[in-house]
Amino acid sequence: MNLFNWEWVGRNWDAILERTWEHVYLTSVAVVVGTVLAVGLAVVAVRRRRWYGPITSVANILYTIPSLALFAFLVPFTGLSTLTSEIGLVGYTLLIIVRNTVAGIDGVSQGVSEAADGMGFTPRRRFWRAEFPLALPVVMAGIRIAAVSTVGLVTITSILGQGGLGYFILAGLRSFFWTQIIIGTVGSVLLAALIDMALLGLQRRLAPWTRRQAA
Amino acid sequence: MSSRPGSSGLPMISLQGVSKVYGDSATPAVESLSLEISSGEIVVLVGPSGCGKTTMLKMINRLVEPTSGSIEVDGTPIRDQEPHLLRRSIGYVIQQVGLFPHWTVRRNIGTVPELLGWSSDRISKRTLELARLVGLEEPMLDRYPAALSGGQQQRVGVARALAADPPVLLMDEPFGAVDPIVRHRLQDELLDLQRRLRKTIVFVTHDIEEAIRLGDRIVILNVGGVLEQVGSPAEILSQPGSRFVEDFIGAERNLQQLALRSVAELRLKWGPMVEDSSTAVAAHEAARRENTDWVGLLSGGLLRGWVPIEDLEKTATLEDLTARPFSAVVRNGVSLRQALDAMVGARHAMAVVVENGYYCGLVDLKMVSNALGDRQ
Repeated sequence: MNLFNWEWVGRNWDAILERTWEHVYLTSVAVVVGTVLAVGLAVVAVRRRRWYGPITSVANILYTIPSLALFAFLVPFTGLSTLTSEIGLVGYTLLIIVRNTVAGIDGVSQGVSEAADGMGFTPRRRFWRAEFPLALPVVMAGIRIAAVSTVGLVTITSILGQGGLGYFILAGLRSFFWTQIIIGTVGSVLLAALIDMALLGLQRRLAPWTRRQAA
Repeated sequence: MSSRPGSSGLPMISLQGVSKVYGDSATPAVESLSLEISSGEIVVLVGPSGCGKTTMLKMINRLVEPTSGSIEVDGTPIRDQEPHLLRRSIGYVIQQVGLFPHWTVRRNIGTVPELLGWSSDRISKRTLELARLVGLEEPMLDRYPAALSGGQQQRVGVARALAADPPVLLMDEPFGAVDPIVRHRLQDELLDLQRRLRKTIVFVTHDIEEAIRLGDRIVILNVGGVLEQVGSPAEILSQPGSRFVEDFIGAERNLQQLALRSVAELRLKWGPMVEDSSTAVAAHEAARRENTDWVGLLSGGLLRGWVPIEDLEKTATLEDLTARPFSAVVRNGVSLRQALDAMVGARHAMAVVVENGYYCGLVDLKMVSNALGDRQ
């Protein structure tokens, strides 16, 4: 009884790399598009408070729909396509990023906003030069959570013929070939960890003031 | 009222019948207030919370819009100016400091010059100049605000407000969040800055002591934005205009009055003092009379010091005794406040008063508090 077949890995190395790349691609597109949409929605929610409720409600509903059901629902409209996968994946990122962005902006000290006004910032400048940059660490924390969960969700899109490393999991399950299942699972876990670390690095670069300084 | 050096006749800031009512509130935050502030003057707005002092300040840079009335800064109605442009020409310091945590101290100080589009050369020169002015060391300029102490942060706040050399400075309880020792130092530094820069400063505080220390004039406000009294610190202390003012300046008034009265006015006590040419018996007698366990020694009227009565047994002649110095000694001309400080500093209920080394008498806590009572 052989759980793991190294020889298979050697033979299929190119396919593994290709699926890994596909996985990274699907995740990145979803996270980038999701971030742009979510930050935009959060900015609207912060400026017009009465939109905050409706925006988070919709994001919440999207988030609670089981992924299989969502994909099944979309297929009649958009087919077994990358678009279908991305619509689902983007939808799942929205809630976390919207919430964190609003929380991050709300968390900026009132003193900072008042000082910005008092110094003669225009409201737009105050937002983009002071409040939003200061919210970045919290926004980035949201993006990291969204990215990690997207890596996991991408495996499910394999049922749409996409799926990156999820392809191996699905194929392995069909034939009870453990090597494929392990490659798919371990690969996507490693990928999630790597992406999280990369985003943490980015966060530190974007927010140098949060690093401890030598006194 | 008080015309000050450097004033050009026209007031730098003028409020005419200014009122502010927030939303559907029944009571106004500021009620029909008129005030003229001369160039180079420090005016302190003081009063309990809810007296509208901060509202009044914020109306000057249009962070709050008045419900009625008009405000002019440097002869121009502020209503005619874009709020964000107006604010760039008025320095603003707040209690929370509000430094931008994501910018270095250097960039924080250069905030307004950057908004005004100065060249980076000019900004960096000005930043250095300001750092020196408010006493910040140069290496601090490249730190982020979180690495600075509260006092240092507020210095940066002041430097930032002064960056574009505005004629007017608005300060909203700027030293409210630092400990008393640092606050005192920052107040001194502000007065020192003001001697050099001669800005027109409107300063808000709830602390009457701070108002008295800093203000050329003090505006005392009551809840609901009612103006109680405007005047110099001396005027307000000596002639409180209303019961409210009297209560508000309360304890501070007493301390300030102590500062105005001299030890020389008091009938000092003689105490258990003896000439060292007299006998131990006479010394014992003096101690018994005054109910003390020590006697003070004089030598031809000059103060030598004191000895505990046990020492009197050791020798026949008082001249041979080693006298210990008194811990609280003040000159005859000092104020009662200084005498009180000396007593408190020495943890004694009395102080010895001397003039050119000659003994004058004793002053004790009871005499100081009685002196306060005289005035009431």
